Amino acid sequence: MKIDQATVEKVAMLARLELASDEEEKMTEQLNDILDYADKLNELDTEDVKPTAHALPIKNVFREDVVEESLDRDIALKNAPEKESGSFKVPKVIETGE
Amino acid sequence: MGADYEVTIGLEVHAQLDTNTKIFCSCSTEFGAEPNVHTCPVCLGLPGVLPVLNKKAVEYAIKTGLALNCDIASFSKFDRKNYFYPDLPKAYQISQFDLPLCTDGHINVKTEDEEVRVRINRIHMEEDAGKLVHDGTTDEGSLVDYNRVGTPLIEIVTEPDIHSPAQAVAYLKELKSILEYLEVSDCNMAEGSLRCDANASIKPKGQEELGTKTELKNMNSFKAIEKALKYEIKRQAKVLNAGKEVIQETRMWDDDLGKTFSMRGKEEAHDYRYFPEPDLVPMEVDESWLEKIEEDIPELPTDRKARFINEFGLPEYDAEVLTDSKDIADFFEATVNKHDDPKSVSNWVMGDLMRLLNEENLEINEADITADGLAEMLALMDDGTISSKIAKTVFEEMFKTGKDPDTIVEEKGLKQISDEDELGNVIDGVIENNPDAVADYKGGKDQAIGYLVGQVMKETRGKADPQLTNQMLREKLS
Amino acid sequence: MELYELTAHELHEKLTAGEVSAEEVINSIYQRIEETEEDVKAYVTLTKEEALNKAKKVDERLADGEDINPLAGIPVAIKDNMCTEGIKTTCSSNILHNFKPPYNATVVQKLNDEDAVMIGKTNLDEFAMGSSTENSGFFTTKNPWDLERVPGGSSGGSAAAVAANEAIISLGSDTGGSIRQPAALCGVVGMKPTYGFVSRYGLVAFASSLDQIGPFSKDVEDCALALNYICGHDPHDSTSVEREVPDFTESLVDDVSEMKVGIPKEYFGEGIDAEVKEAVEAAIAKLEELGATCEEVSLPHTEYALPTYYLIAPAEASSNLARYDGVRYGYRAEGANSLIDMFKKTRSEGFGDEVKRRIMLGTYALSSGYYDAYYLKAQKVRTLIKDDFEKVFEEYDVLISPTSPTTAFKIGEKSDDPLQMYMSDLCTIPANLAGIPGISIPCGFDNDGLPIGLQLLGNHFDEEKLIQVAYTFEQNTDFHKESAEL
Repeated sequence: MKIDQATVEKVAMLARLELASDEEEKMTEQLNDILDYADKLNELDTEDVKPTAHALPIKNVFREDVVEESLDRDIALKNAPEKESGSFKVPKVIETGE
Repeated sequence: MGADYEVTIGLEVHAQLDTNTKIFCSCSTEFGAEPNVHTCPVCLGLPGVLPVLNKKAVEYAIKTGLALNCDIASFSKFDRKNYFYPDLPKAYQISQFDLPLCTDGHINVKTEDEEVRVRINRIHMEEDAGKLVHDGTTDEGSLVDYNRVGTPLIEIVTEPDIHSPAQAVAYLKELKSILEYLEVSDCNMAEGSLRCDANASIKPKGQEELGTKTELKNMNSFKAIEKALKYEIKRQAKVLNAGKEVIQETRMWDDDLGKTFSMRGKEEAHDYRYFPEPDLVPMEVDESWLEKIEEDIPELPTDRKARFINEFGLPEYDAEVLTDSKDIADFFEATVNKHDDPKSVSNWVMGDLMRLLNEENLEINEADITADGLAEMLALMDDGTISSKIAKTVFEEMFKTGKDPDTIVEEKGLKQISDEDELGNVIDGVIENNPDAVADYKGGKDQAIGYLVGQVMKETRGKADPQLTNQMLREKLS
Repeated sequence: MELYELTAHELHEKLTAGEVSAEEVINSIYQRIEETEEDVKAYVTLTKEEALNKAKKVDERLADGEDINPLAGIPVAIKDNMCTEGIKTTCSSNILHNFKPPYNATVVQKLNDEDAVMIGKTNLDEFAMGSSTENSGFFTTKNPWDLERVPGGSSGGSAAAVAANEAIISLGSDTGGSIRQPAALCGVVGMKPTYGFVSRYGLVAFASSLDQIGPFSKDVEDCALALNYICGHDPHDSTSVEREVPDFTESLVDDVSEMKVGIPKEYFGEGIDAEVKEAVEAAIAKLEELGATCEEVSLPHTEYALPTYYLIAPAEASSNLARYDGVRYGYRAEGANSLIDMFKKTRSEGFGDEVKRRIMLGTYALSSGYYDAYYLKAQKVRTLIKDDFEKVFEEYDVLISPTSPTTAFKIGEKSDDPLQMYMSDLCTIPANLAGIPGISIPCGFDNDGLPIGLQLLGNHFDEEKLIQVAYTFEQNTDFHKESAEL
């Protein structure tokens, strides 16, 4: 087994997901199946292989520094579940800094 | 703490780049607007949007790297730093992880008694987050303003080469000055365009291995940084002296209480899961691009200071003070170009001008006074139109109103009285009204002449030509 | 023949000849939708009012004697993971159930500029994660050939809409086969262009380095037409290529005599249904008969494509889907007592099981201590897979293989076993990892009368060759003329 339920709990916290305990159990099982399958990659020696992040070798794509009109604030806020005084509103944040 | 410990400090400075638009979209980076007016689908992180890199931001970052003697990476890329926070719309910050744009630089930093070289580990580019407002009218929620989201930042990370709070501040001042000279950041700490975190540790003198460090956050001025570092060094020494161990942690500086506080327990363990940003392509910086950017780098503070000493014959102290800010140095040079008396210009700039800027809490480019105005005023002094005493009044008026000195002298009738008839009348009056002083003078007390000159100045509200007054008084009383 | 049964190029002829009006075409499509949609369930949202308004504008142009574009007045369906201004864009997820974007995806804007008529937004596996539409947060789309079977996925709604004559052309997105596999299972033409050829701006991201938009159509000619208008550089997408878009209709040439076709042996191995294999082999024989040179080739790292994909795609997805936190748009859970609680509840209630599974997998693969073993390793193997193709395309023009290992499977048949479901993408995934184009076209039917698709793969930007081979095959066979009886 690659990962236990405690690891699944930790990963769920990182991903901001809440899993019921039966869900957690099932998830642990399924993730282990997939990770076992992924172990197949270890058959390959990739020591000297460069990783591919992009399928095409494009580079240096830029924008000029010219201001364009922003969204009307009412439109920017239109989809917000909660808003107040021109701002998005969230449950009180206890400052932890970032 | 005693002399038993050595201090090691590393600094991480975030500087907002002074571009017109955000790093990945075309929204304005203007400070101080109404909440959420500078947002678009891209910086709001709406589903489906993609970032496109601002070329100017890259050039500013490279410019900074060159000025800080860094190697500029020929191949560089962006990565995603993943964490959840309401001020971060995509729940990841686009940053640079393992291939930053600039590495291995240094700057030389001078404190009162020494000069040290502070090595720069790296400079990388990233996007700023939004702002959370906690003090809303209700206390059940926080408000989020995304205007600042996506403002381009560079993070400048030093090696642990700093060994005292004073050195830390000297480094920051030098860095700020360089960034201002480069015109890549306005470095306004109050508006958050320059922010600094510090890592500090202490170790017994002579010990090779570094002590356990703490990370200090939330210092909003150079003074706060100095105070926080001093406090933290003392605190760590106390911990070690008590036979305990320093804990590696983040500590927040509270400026009101003058203390650092542990964030332990309030902060969950981070795992940022960096990986290459698939929505952006790599950057390759070639020689010709570098050369072009290099051409744009102006004379930096250290060089300018040396030139001020050589070219204008200024004392080192004057050159240091004048070149500290590019705008002040520019103002000084512009004035000298019109009025070729560097020391006199330096005295006015370092004296009255800086005092007034301080009092009004203004930057030189926010003040109404011009270099032309100062040069004209100095010329009026030289040709005797105004006295040095009156000049101070004229200068303050120029500073307040932006009017040129001729107009002020005219409007306020401040012209020096050099006319012998006019002055003679005033002097006669003073002699008549001050028989005691006249008697003293005649009785051989030479200093009594000073009192009489003072009375003439008083009568003319400072406008009398002091030399002429002195001379005429002596003639009339002989 | 009803109007809804025609192709875009046939409708264009009728429109320009003045035989029908755009309004009649749109009405015909909605009439068909009314008849069959209850069974097929291809659409999440219909936009009839907007469509009729647009059609009237096209008719005004025609009445004024103006020339109209080949796609003008043509009913087009859009997968519901592409942003449409002011019109709900849900990704078939409860977390976006009410999201109305303030902007159009670049492809949507382009089609709109061509006067194509959007008739609705189609169902998909939630956030395009799946191969059957069973992972839709709303409902499962049915295969028009057999309503008890899946249409494939994730673009199942777009494929079924065209197969059921509920749209003439539709757009899908393909991250691991999400256009080609449902095209095969629904017996229509589906193409994934080269990565970077069609702008992704406005396509709600699943796995950014793999996602690509492409068309579904009833024949290869319509596919070429659609490509003409959706390809092209977009300054809003840094990964979009600056490259001139050819007129793909010029590749509608009935000739494969100069073509060297590679048959990758790894695509015919274990797991491929015998009937599927037979049909594809018959197609190869047909191409040879038409003058193509067909030879067996090897792509030795094929077996590693699936595990590579199932690390890379979830890793990118875990990051792409982090923004659904209940702050700026979409669903927010009620009754949370803190910010972190709100985040967790919102995401747990808003996402379905498969999405959660992939977020978990991706988060784990990127987490500290595992990045090198999983994500980095996968990126390296991706290089090997890409190199395999590069080598083969030095000698061959196109590759031929089955699109899907099986024909359409029964609803519920694989939904409990994620790994089994992942196997449906066996033949399609390598193209996404390499960024190369692929097309699926009908090539036969199994004993149950279910369509079989063949896949043609080409080198980067060799769409023209794919179209030429596909067109030649189509001109010399009748499979595309069959349609589902509803």
